Amino acid sequence: MTADVLFGLAGAVLVGLGLYGLVADPLPLRKLLAFNMLGGGVFLVFGVVARRGAAAGLGGDPVPQALVITGLVVAFAATALAVALLRLLFERTGQTLLDPHAEESSHPDQTNE
Amino acid sequence: MTPPLLADMPTAGGYLLVLAIMVPIAGVLFQFVLGGRWAGRIALLVMPAGLAIAVAITVRLTESGRPLVYHLAGLAPPLGLALRADGFSALMLLTSALIIAAIGLFARPDFATPAASGEARAPFVFWTLLLALWSALAVVFLGEDLFTLYVGLELLTFGAVPLVSLDGRAETITAALRYLLFALFGSALFLAGTVLLYGEYGTLDISLLAARTHPDVTSAIAVAMMTAGLLAKAALFPFHLWLPPAHAGAPAPASALLSALVVKGPFFLVVRLWFDAMPVLTNLPAAQILGALGSGAVLFGSVLALRQSRLKPLIAYSTVAQIGYLFLMFPLAGGEALPASVRMAVWTGGAAQAASHAFAKAAMFAGAGLIGQTLGHDRISDLRGIGTALPLTTFALALSGLSLMGLPPSGGFLAKWLLLRASIATAQWWWAGLMLTGGLLAGGYIFRIVAPALSAPEVPLAAVRTPARRQEMLVLALAMLSLLLGVVPLGLSTLLAVGSPVATQILPR
Repeated sequence: MTADVLFGLAGAVLVGLGLYGLVADPLPLRKLLAFNMLGGGVFLVFGVVARRGAAAGLGGDPVPQALVITGLVVAFAATALAVALLRLLFERTGQTLLDPHAEESSHPDQTNE
Repeated sequence: MTPPLLADMPTAGGYLLVLAIMVPIAGVLFQFVLGGRWAGRIALLVMPAGLAIAVAITVRLTESGRPLVYHLAGLAPPLGLALRADGFSALMLLTSALIIAAIGLFARPDFATPAASGEARAPFVFWTLLLALWSALAVVFLGEDLFTLYVGLELLTFGAVPLVSLDGRAETITAALRYLLFALFGSALFLAGTVLLYGEYGTLDISLLAARTHPDVTSAIAVAMMTAGLLAKAALFPFHLWLPPAHAGAPAPASALLSALVVKGPFFLVVRLWFDAMPVLTNLPAAQILGALGSGAVLFGSVLALRQSRLKPLIAYSTVAQIGYLFLMFPLAGGEALPASVRMAVWTGGAAQAASHAFAKAAMFAGAGLIGQTLGHDRISDLRGIGTALPLTTFALALSGLSLMGLPPSGGFLAKWLLLRASIATAQWWWAGLMLTGGLLAGGYIFRIVAPALSAPEVPLAAVRTPARRQEMLVLALAMLSLLLGVVPLGLSTLLAVGSPVATQILPR
């Protein structure tokens, strides 16, 4: 088993765990952590792709490396936005749960204002 | 299919594409520097400029009959990044510019900075995000590189999520958070698919991918992941759960932008991916799956819209249903075995649906906002008499309803007629049945709004606040635009044929 395959498999495991957590975990904060794990897995696969594309005496293909940096910034910004919303939600309600059935109009008489 | 190399060459006027992205984002920078009440003023200044750029791009495409291409820093792909506008991009840019301008003018009284304070949070956030969304939409419509499109998609999400929770109530924060989590799921999948494609083909440029792709397992997995991610962001059934609370809870101008434009961005990328980048994959039965999900959306969204007791959730569920029609493009136009004329008709129909729904839905949410302000609530059962109090708004709601139902003369009619004819021409009659059912259901939920609105109230209507006449006129203008699309079919099909991936057989690119 070469290093590429090992890291590729590790990336796949992280992606799988992250996807599972994002879909199955009811807590928003843990969903967010799962998203970061998923992102970590994807970035690892980026690294593997860069390594496999190594040519012209370089240790790796620079394009995926450049993309990873952008991807990290985007994932960081997304996490920051989600944490800010979570904190706001906690300040307003004292809890951070998403009611999974809130979108069904369970309060038919509730006004918009 | 080998795309001609000519399509990749930069064309004269390519700078317009850069301006379409840079002018709104430059506006955002000035908004942050000058701050306070300048935020609204700068947004109003950028609107005519952005509209002029969108018109200029559309005129150039129609006149030359060729797509506009620009290479950033003069470097050609795969080394550099390209921007490209075909007819569909130009139509979506123009639609966005018109809707953003109309909603911007509409929102002035709602998001005026109070005279006492130098800067208020909600107006400042609204005006900066309005321009940020515009720029993000331009990136999504013009990007030719999958990673550029990923960044555009993320910018769109970051612009859209705070708009949902603009009023800061706990339930809208929850809706925003749920939206963000769905969107993050979508973007992670999109990025994962992107890296697989890069590993396989060594490029992310759409026209280069179109020349290189071959149907194999890696490409199929990559496209499946990217499509699933985009569907989550486009709120296609069964990923629609986040949409109704988010779109119904946001302030009216924000709902209009979210429902009219933001959900079109991910849809547009599915079209880019399936038709432009991976045409070899559209033959697969997967196109039927997208069509089936679209049908599910039409039926499920319409039935739930019929069951809502308040106006804004009804309109939000109607968005869920109307998004479904867009995805009927894939089974009807996918597959190079189908005749080019049918595929081109479906391409035109899909684009007309995207644009006419955008105008109609912007008008409906803005109109619902006015009704909510006037009555102090938006319960459908208590709408009686609003037709006399707000005649223009009620008329605009009914006109937009025509487009949603697909009745002539409206953009929605043109779209649904083209799709309906194609479903018969390609012997896929079940989509025709679905579209007719969807039209009937849409008729039902529009009737539920219009019928009480036009009936006389039992007690005289007590208006909490009468909206400005100008706001009503803007709602009507948006509804008229959705109608007007239906009377310019020739101009629309000429524009949409420019650089279209399904028109390669009849028009040289």
